[in-house]
Amino acid sequence: MGEFRMPSLGADMDEGTLVEWRVSVGDHVDRGDIVASVETDKSVIDVEVFETGTIQELLVEPGTRVAVGTALARIGDAAAEDEPSEPDVPAHTEPPEPAAPPEPVTSTPPAGSTPDAAPGEPIAPPVTPPTEAPAPAHPHVVVGEGPVRRHASLMRSPLVRHLAEQLHVDPDRLRGTGPGGRITRHDVEHAAATTRRASPRARRRGIELGIDVDDLTGTGVDGAVCERDVVAAASAAEPAAPAPAPSQAADGMRAAIARTMERSNREIPHYHLSATVDLNPLTEWLAEINAERPPAERILPAAAIMRACALAAAKVTDLNGEWRDGAAVTSKQVHLGVLVSLRSGGLIVPVIRDAHERSVEEMMTALTDVVERSRRGSLRSSELSGATITLSNLGDRGVDEVLGVIPPPQLAIVGVGKIAARPMVVDGAVVARDSAVFTLGADHRASDGRTGSRFLRQIESLLANPTRL
Amino acid sequence: MTTERLTYREALRAGLRDALADDERVFLMGEDIGAYGGCFAVTLGLWEEFGPERVRDSPLSESAFVGAGIGAALGGMRPVVEIMTVNFSLLALDQILNNAATLLHMSGGQFNVPLVIRMTTGAGRQLAAQHSHSLEAWYAHLPGLRIIAPSTVTDARTMLASALDDPDPVLIFEHGALFGLTDDVPVEPEPADLDHAAVRRAGDDVTVVSHGATLHTALAAAEQLAADGVSTEVIDLRTLRPLDRPTILASVARTGRLVVAEDGWRTGGIGAEIAAMAVDEAFWDLDAPVQRLGSAEVPIPYAAHLEQAALVGVDDIVDAVKRVAT
Amino acid sequence: MADDAMELLRLALRRVAPEVDLDDVDHDADLLDELDLDSMDFLTLVGELHQRSGVEIPEADYAQMGSVSAVVGYLQSRQG
Repeated sequence: MGEFRMPSLGADMDEGTLVEWRVSVGDHVDRGDIVASVETDKSVIDVEVFETGTIQELLVEPGTRVAVGTALARIGDAAAEDEPSEPDVPAHTEPPEPAAPPEPVTSTPPAGSTPDAAPGEPIAPPVTPPTEAPAPAHPHVVVGEGPVRRHASLMRSPLVRHLAEQLHVDPDRLRGTGPGGRITRHDVEHAAATTRRASPRARRRGIELGIDVDDLTGTGVDGAVCERDVVAAASAAEPAAPAPAPSQAADGMRAAIARTMERSNREIPHYHLSATVDLNPLTEWLAEINAERPPAERILPAAAIMRACALAAAKVTDLNGEWRDGAAVTSKQVHLGVLVSLRSGGLIVPVIRDAHERSVEEMMTALTDVVERSRRGSLRSSELSGATITLSNLGDRGVDEVLGVIPPPQLAIVGVGKIAARPMVVDGAVVARDSAVFTLGADHRASDGRTGSRFLRQIESLLANPTRL
Repeated sequence: MTTERLTYREALRAGLRDALADDERVFLMGEDIGAYGGCFAVTLGLWEEFGPERVRDSPLSESAFVGAGIGAALGGMRPVVEIMTVNFSLLALDQILNNAATLLHMSGGQFNVPLVIRMTTGAGRQLAAQHSHSLEAWYAHLPGLRIIAPSTVTDARTMLASALDDPDPVLIFEHGALFGLTDDVPVEPEPADLDHAAVRRAGDDVTVVSHGATLHTALAAAEQLAADGVSTEVIDLRTLRPLDRPTILASVARTGRLVVAEDGWRTGGIGAEIAAMAVDEAFWDLDAPVQRLGSAEVPIPYAAHLEQAALVGVDDIVDAVKRVAT
Repeated sequence: MADDAMELLRLALRRVAPEVDLDDVDHDADLLDELDLDSMDFLTLVGELHQRSGVEIPEADYAQMGSVSAVVGYLQSRQG
């Protein structure tokens, strides 16, 4: 039995507003499932639950602003256990091991005992019967054998099934309004009456433009929704992100950033180092591979740079981790925070976990995904914490050098400036090479200049051989 | 480039004259095409110019002279057989399908049948039930044949030469209502491309596909629709077998709406094939149901007003387009 | 047609810069500056344009897409 509380989604978050519940009472949730959308100063975040169990009660109404730590919902186990954080709740039983060899063993022996085997016959492995069906914690949950559990919202009465078939409604797409989320006759009839017809082209465009065609009134043949209806709706629609009004969000976000910057400057003694890195091998390699690729598969220099940083951080671990209780806690696992600027102003720093294990291609995919979702406001809470090092890549079009401020409690921040052709000396001659200025801002309590320059030199040598990244 | 003003009829004649003059293997065969000059006056003057060995009047037996044409083609000649109208081709159907279209296959690729058959087709001239058929869609059902339909004076001028270049049988459908059509054509025209349809009018809101005389009905409808703010793309099939799928599908992919209009009956017409193709290959681009227009499902009437009512008219096309595009 | 290319750009832009109104920006100014796009945004835009129109846009051609006008011109010349 446990409570789901308002999480802290940022170093300086005190309060959050529950925007929407993504589960209902009676729903089973597994650890990691998204249960609610919470609005913070920075964005609307999808919050994951850390327990497995059943939602017993939703304690807070959507729209309410509460302090971090406030109980939002009660989650019960199906089993009468006391460890809510235990992922292997007994209700998740494995199916019993198949009763092994055929003859002569035909009956299930009691757990733990071994039948006498006939000489030469294999001993039947002890068949573990399922643990006792735990007492249901909620009257609408039916516990069955194995991992599949029947749930009220999956139950369909014969009337509902028959009606759905008759009215050409797919019950799996309905949200039931009956007890426990059960689908009722009314749900089916309502869906049949309100489903719009839409042309294949309209549906395709709807997907492309993020418009639900079922919400539109059609002006096409027989009142069907056609392409122009979708296009008209798309031009009339607000930008997709469910973010709060830009000025409010910016104010809240600015305040949050301000607090973080103050704390960083207050608590962390920074030192800065910089190195100009020859990126010609990288830009040449990327031009070569991108030439054969459609846009969706092209790789940006940022992805390779992220990979190099992650590998360097995994090696020079003094820069990879957190400052906790007066000491550096470092690790070989690199969770890379990536600074993403938002169009409405402000920054957000999603974390790419296990960055040291991702190839350049995988890094590109992760980066694209995380930037898109950052801008749309649909990052998950687990993606906003746990960074072991951060990368700021404003260099794109901006400045030559980025002197970063370490987001506490991390130990370092890497900055990369604009990639541009600059004169460099190669084999005694001055030539134009693509290059960028890499900077390191690091916590002097955890490392010193020697370590920092080792880190930068690592990145430099990794980027000199991009094909081996 | 010098042009001359020709009627469709004169263009056909010019094409035939060039064919006879350029290749001594070419000869013409058909009912009353020689001394009489052809019952639609297409071959007028050719018998006098080229003589009875090259412009041969045939007995009144389609099966016999189409068969003879097949034999001549097998023997290395390049016959252009005229069946007076498609209505009479029914008497030569066995020759056309089981011999001309199939000998290449049955001979294991040894015997091509480079035969060209010209036929007048279509309704609208009060020739009544037995003489008003448009069967090009029917013939387009048969593998082994190329089916073409010149709708413009230029195509009438140039398609024959390209048909003669084809080593396999080609059936040319000349719509009877077009013989008087006039246009300027180059004196030295380019050879016709027999593989592609032509976009006769570009548009964005709807694709209208047609051929033969109905093409002109479609173009007139497009003009009317433009006044109502609908931008119509009109495609002239030119070849019914093989259909130029890419051109049709590209247009439908853009406009999302398809209307097919033909002279023949709607059921199982060329529109049915094109509609199925659109639903199969351009499904996700369709913004409205596909429309097919064809003659009413009746034997074509003799009385003028009834005949007109049975055929696809400008208003029918306009209505169909408005149904799906507005 | 120029209108088509502009419309294509307008629709593709919704993905990366939904609040930008093409009528309000300088069509001849530097594209990235004027629309506030970074390299990721630009790549996403190129992807959208490619997907919607089928036009191949190799990396080598990025230099020809330096402004709204340049992009429209580029698309036009490759769409016909």
